[in-house]
Amino acid sequence: MTSVTEAPVPARVVLNSGDIDRALTRIAHEILEANKGSQDLVLLGIPRRGYPLAVRLAKKIAAADPAVDAAAIVGQLDVTMFRDDLSHQPTRPPYPTQLPRTGIDNKVVVLIDDVLYSGRTIRAALDAIVDLGRPRIVRLAVMIDRGHRELPIRADHVGKNLPTSSSEKVRVRLEETDSIDGTPVNEVVIEAGA
Amino acid sequence: MKHLLSTEDLSLANAVRILDTAEEMAAVGDREVKKLPALRGRTVVNLFFEDSTRTRISFEAAAKRLSADVINFAAKGSSVSKGESLKDTAQTLAAMGADAVVIRHWASGAPHRLAATDWIDAAVINAGDGTHEHPTQALLDAFTMRRHWAGLHGTPSAGADLKGMRVAIAGDVLHSRVARSNVWLLRTLGAEVTLVAPPTLLPIGVGQWPCSVSYDMDETLAKGVDAVMMLRVQGERMNASFFPTAREYSRRWGFDDNRLRALDSLGLKDTIIMHPGPMNRGLEISSAAADSPRSTVLAQVRNGVSVRMAALYLLLSGDTREPAATPNSAYSNAAHSTKESH
Amino acid sequence: MAHDQQDAATPGAYLIRGAAILGGAAEDLLIRDGIITARGTDLAGTDAADGATVIEAAGLVALPGMVDIHTHLREPGREDAETVETGTRAAALGGYTAVHAMANSNPVADTAGVVEQVHTLGRAAGWVDVRPVGAVTVGLAGEQLAELGAMADSRARVRVFSDDGICVHDPVLMRRALEYVKAFDGVVAQHAQEPRLTAGAQMNEGDVSAVLGLAGWPAVAEESIIARDVLLAQHVGSRLHVCHVSTAGSVEIIRWAKARGINVTAEVTPHHLLLTDELVRSYDPVYKVNPPLRTDSDVQALRAALADGTIDVIGTDHAPHPSEHKECEWAQAAMGMTGLETALSVVQATMIETGLMGWDDFARVTSIVPAVIGRVADQGRPLEAGEPANVTLVDPAARWTVDPSKMATMGRNSPFAGRELPGKVVATFFKGHPTVLNGELNTPYRHGSGQETGPAAAPASGH
Repeated sequence: MTSVTEAPVPARVVLNSGDIDRALTRIAHEILEANKGSQDLVLLGIPRRGYPLAVRLAKKIAAADPAVDAAAIVGQLDVTMFRDDLSHQPTRPPYPTQLPRTGIDNKVVVLIDDVLYSGRTIRAALDAIVDLGRPRIVRLAVMIDRGHRELPIRADHVGKNLPTSSSEKVRVRLEETDSIDGTPVNEVVIEAGA
Repeated sequence: MKHLLSTEDLSLANAVRILDTAEEMAAVGDREVKKLPALRGRTVVNLFFEDSTRTRISFEAAAKRLSADVINFAAKGSSVSKGESLKDTAQTLAAMGADAVVIRHWASGAPHRLAATDWIDAAVINAGDGTHEHPTQALLDAFTMRRHWAGLHGTPSAGADLKGMRVAIAGDVLHSRVARSNVWLLRTLGAEVTLVAPPTLLPIGVGQWPCSVSYDMDETLAKGVDAVMMLRVQGERMNASFFPTAREYSRRWGFDDNRLRALDSLGLKDTIIMHPGPMNRGLEISSAAADSPRSTVLAQVRNGVSVRMAALYLLLSGDTREPAATPNSAYSNAAHSTKESH
Repeated sequence: MAHDQQDAATPGAYLIRGAAILGGAAEDLLIRDGIITARGTDLAGTDAADGATVIEAAGLVALPGMVDIHTHLREPGREDAETVETGTRAAALGGYTAVHAMANSNPVADTAGVVEQVHTLGRAAGWVDVRPVGAVTVGLAGEQLAELGAMADSRARVRVFSDDGICVHDPVLMRRALEYVKAFDGVVAQHAQEPRLTAGAQMNEGDVSAVLGLAGWPAVAEESIIARDVLLAQHVGSRLHVCHVSTAGSVEIIRWAKARGINVTAEVTPHHLLLTDELVRSYDPVYKVNPPLRTDSDVQALRAALADGTIDVIGTDHAPHPSEHKECEWAQAAMGMTGLETALSVVQATMIETGLMGWDDFARVTSIVPAVIGRVADQGRPLEAGEPANVTLVDPAARWTVDPSKMATMGRNSPFAGRELPGKVVATFFKGHPTVLNGELNTPYRHGSGQETGPAAAPASGH
């Protein structure tokens, strides 16, 4: 069981399992719409939770367009090495980066992440992509946009806009990665700051 | 981890972390842009008191692939001609702003002195000290073995250890830092180690080591081995009576063509032959063995860069607090389920 | 300890009050003009004590002044490491009133000229009785006997001969030396180290050296020489002294030899009673010494041997080195540890506080027997009326932390740095004059007139 088990903390649930699922369905259709179909699509999930979101999105895209092989368009893009805050954090070992067999050159790459906040993770992701190949277009899809951008970055597809104060924490929990008291859970919560 | 001085005190968690990070570093070598910006602005000094072009180049390549700046310092002086003292050399490097010092020295314990005193503040990586340890060599050997072992079992290497693997290390154990580092690391990773050598080339006290000892190479092979690691033997040792002649050494403890054939006739079709280099072809290893498909010598060299990248990254990239938890290795395995084979 | 000064105190007169003599009952000692003139209880009020400076010694132990059978004063030639002046100050602070200065100076002390030079330097310094040791072979080269007779007849009156630092490994040469010194009641002190078995050796050969990758120094290299030498001594009917015994095997051989009536004496260093080769794992060269630190079972055997007399005496093998010879890689570092100022405390910690010895045994191994071995007539004497006043006062209850930067020796290479040790020398009387008072250096003894400077003059400033 691939889980991170946390004790419950007082928090406000803003999206439940069904909300998340509906948001992903909408995003999947938006991706197809923006691309005018499924040609050359690649979904790269940013670890940790961007990846299971990418897998779910790929399945929904395949459900809408049967020509698509969901497993073949998904990949994982680790951005650890490209972060701008490496020397200010404890050492972080990198996650694996795996690209689809057909690569990313000339593809329409959609980066997938759970929360968009300062924008620095996406900046690092753009640097990582440049070293891996040359996509034709790069777009961004996130489950939550909580504002407070520090760089000129914006998402093309957003599950929900959540205005927050910077003292609050936004947590996205997905059954692929999270459980509470041993039970897998899908939800988005805002935790009050200290 | 502040320094990498030995494998004796390297925990299983840290060892696996280095090997897993090295897997990702290896992937970089397959890309068009073989560079990561992670150590941009950091300075790595190669402080070599002993000649070793191949190890130095390996560390240099590793540092450059992480965008670090590299300074090569070939320190003059040896056991016979003293040259500038270790203390003065170290303080000069500190004044030049070294973030990491990769040190190879002919005196056992020199890296430990550098790390223990207040002469420098940099991270210290032991690139081989006397006859004591050579941790990055053991790590690249383990990396090579792990890929092979996991491959045989059809499992991914990431997160894996070497439980159940039978490894024979043969040669001049007494004078070998590679042997020592390998014994500790292989023990930590769960492999079973047998040392094979003439009694004169085994240290007093080897009975306390976490491995078996044998004087008989053929018997060891017959019992079954998954990897045979041959150590370099200096022919001049016969002048100090460690063995009578190179010919007798080679016949009894060398990996010659007979033993290469024995691997086949014993049914050990997957057993690999390893050597840290440089090789004495004809003394401890025959040319046929060195060039056979079982030989991992070139893979070891390639893996050396990846492992050294991992070591440099893990020592230099963060602040000096304890490292964050390893990526949940089972999660990494799930991600691997869509991994295209290279 | 109060230091009473009466008006018009007589120089050279001291009354030590209430000290436990050799750890026994508390008594007074009256010292006048270099002699113990009286010993008893309540001497304070007597006429004999009139004018004497009183030294309150309640709670202190009075011992005969310690005699070191094995010290390196480095002068002549290695004054960057130590001089006779600094080394003997350290000795006085350590409770010593006599030291045997080993011959491996530069030039080597292999002639009457050099030993007389060392003897003169010792007298001029005035802190302890410096007894030069003469080399056995010319230049310590192990080839030709040095002029042992001339050294014995010189003003230095050498009785102990040693190539210490190097083994007299040639069996014929060792035999000749043992025979020759009988003519003047000399003794050969052997540094037992078979040279071929220890070529390039760095530390004790054992489990630790196997892991550390440092060339091993096998115990058999010491034991085989001792075994040979006791048999030689028996064969030619000579005295033999064995320097710095370090292994359990050596102890067994010496015990066997003594049981057969062989005239052999043996010494052990304080560091070999406490430290083991596990400390070398740090690769800190402060632990590099010859003979090397051995294992715990060796340490235990050495302690038992000192207690039962198989090992006769303590020898510090005080070996100061300049810091650049220790602040380097292990293989480059010099061998040796300082010891004069820590010897008493280490012996107290390892032997007395463990119940293996009492202070009377301490006096035996640090003073009485070393003086006999070195044939030093006026040292190691009983603390009785009529005997020379070489007396050490110790506070056994004191605790102190070793700080090499505060020592009188120039050498900073103490393996006990940072350790808390028991026992402190409070006063040292050399020929009736206090070289150390209140735990600090006082003034040296001035030879000649027999009159010395008054008590409690400003202590000589540090080197």
